[in-house]
Amino acid sequence: MTCNPTRNPFTHTETAAVGVSIEGLSKSFGRFEVLKNVTFSVAPGEIFVLMGPSGSGKSVLLKHIVGLEQPSAGRVTVAGRDASSEATRAQVRMALVFQSGALFNSLSVYDNLALYPREHQIADEAAIREKVMRALQILSLEGSAHKAPSELSGGMKKRVAIARGLVMEPQLMLYDEPTSELDPVMAATISEIIATLKDEYHVTSIVVSHDRELALGIADRVGILMGGELISLGTPADLRTPADPRVAEFLYPKIDLKNPRFKKLET
Amino acid sequence: MKPLTAILAGIGSTLQLLVSAAGYTPTLWRQRARFIEQCYLIGYTTLPIVAILSFFIGGVLALQAGYSMSNFGAKQFIGSLVGLSMARELGPVMAAILLAGRVGSAIAAELASMKVYQEIDALETMNIPPAKVLVLPRLAAVLVMMPVLAIIADLVGWFGGAIVSKYTESIAIEPEAYFSVLRRFMVFEDVLNGLIKAEVFGFAIVLVCCNIGLNTRGGPREIGAAVTRAVVVSLILILVLDYFVTKALMHLQS
Repeated sequence: MTCNPTRNPFTHTETAAVGVSIEGLSKSFGRFEVLKNVTFSVAPGEIFVLMGPSGSGKSVLLKHIVGLEQPSAGRVTVAGRDASSEATRAQVRMALVFQSGALFNSLSVYDNLALYPREHQIADEAAIREKVMRALQILSLEGSAHKAPSELSGGMKKRVAIARGLVMEPQLMLYDEPTSELDPVMAATISEIIATLKDEYHVTSIVVSHDRELALGIADRVGILMGGELISLGTPADLRTPADPRVAEFLYPKIDLKNPRFKKLET
Repeated sequence: MKPLTAILAGIGSTLQLLVSAAGYTPTLWRQRARFIEQCYLIGYTTLPIVAILSFFIGGVLALQAGYSMSNFGAKQFIGSLVGLSMARELGPVMAAILLAGRVGSAIAAELASMKVYQEIDALETMNIPPAKVLVLPRLAAVLVMMPVLAIIADLVGWFGGAIVSKYTESIAIEPEAYFSVLRRFMVFEDVLNGLIKAEVFGFAIVLVCCNIGLNTRGGPREIGAAVTRAVVVSLILILVLDYFVTKALMHLQS
């Protein structure tokens, strides 16, 4: 699936934006079926937010898109190529921001960001330094360049992981809970970064999140995954008044002090 | 998974990792910083413990041999016994056992931790193969450092034997006599045999420990299990390989 051009945030050169297609994806771990016949597609340059309760299979789905998991059934394609193929990873620049950050603990923050361009010999050391410092600046991390990941808070680790993704100059950026553990101001900043990458650089973004504000604020489309099934797919406007009671219950839970949920669970 | 299936799967994935890492050999020059770092970790940091252990192994060999050989008036041949035992067998085997305990366990722990905390997944999504950046520099470093460790083990072991032979009353052989016999009965092939063994053991240990680390599944508890597995498998492998390599070398020499 191609595509409007993706303008690189650092070099301002243009490459093709990429789309993602998921057809009948099912995944089982032993007898436990995590994903059940999930089908949707993400257009080039689109922001797609995937929401759902914990354990509904959102992160597993992201791993299929970057080729870290193989489907039990169905097909996942990125830019029309099989996502599980190594060649796809070599041809399409994909960045995944892991929920934990997944920073390389043996490297400093600076070296974490510089690893990708160095390994792929994308630029000389001076240009790499410029890219890294720019990404750190965007995420307000200039002062942490030479710190070790173990010296950072959870929120800072997440920001470093996002900065590492930015340095990769991705055509497709995937985020696993990008705003969890962040304060409201930084969460808003992350939302703005995701939106800016789309508006100015046409980067395709797939965001897994519990954050309703983020989903309704920046998404082009939102999918709701429950129990491994995609039960809702629509625009943020559709989700403001959801027809499906399960979606309404998930997005707009009511706190009932007279009849608390845990008492319902007890019975 | 049944034990036999697990063993075959382990052998298969180890060989697959070897082929994969070997394919990146042309990138080794660009990775020289990682290679040097691994040479330091595998060689330099293991050296003191190898030296201490080899000294006492040489000493114990001399002590035991002296006790037995004195009974039939052959104690003057202690030098050749210690020399040959250290060069052909104990030097490489002890260096390999220490490598498994010190370096192999550290490799398995580091890579298992990287796997559990998704650093390996992050590398893969960045299209940076772990076999290239994590395995190849370690394999290259062990190939360079293992013969050095084995030679030092031999030399220190011989020296330990000489000291014990001189200062033990029941033996009392001067170092000149000890080393003279050692030189007379040893040929270059004896040392070479030991170096070949050391290379094989070191390479197998690092490869197996990398594979166990990279195939860790589950949570932090699995890191400890991976380390235990890596050390146990390495120790078994050293003794099994020792038999087959010794047999192959004897066959080649005959």
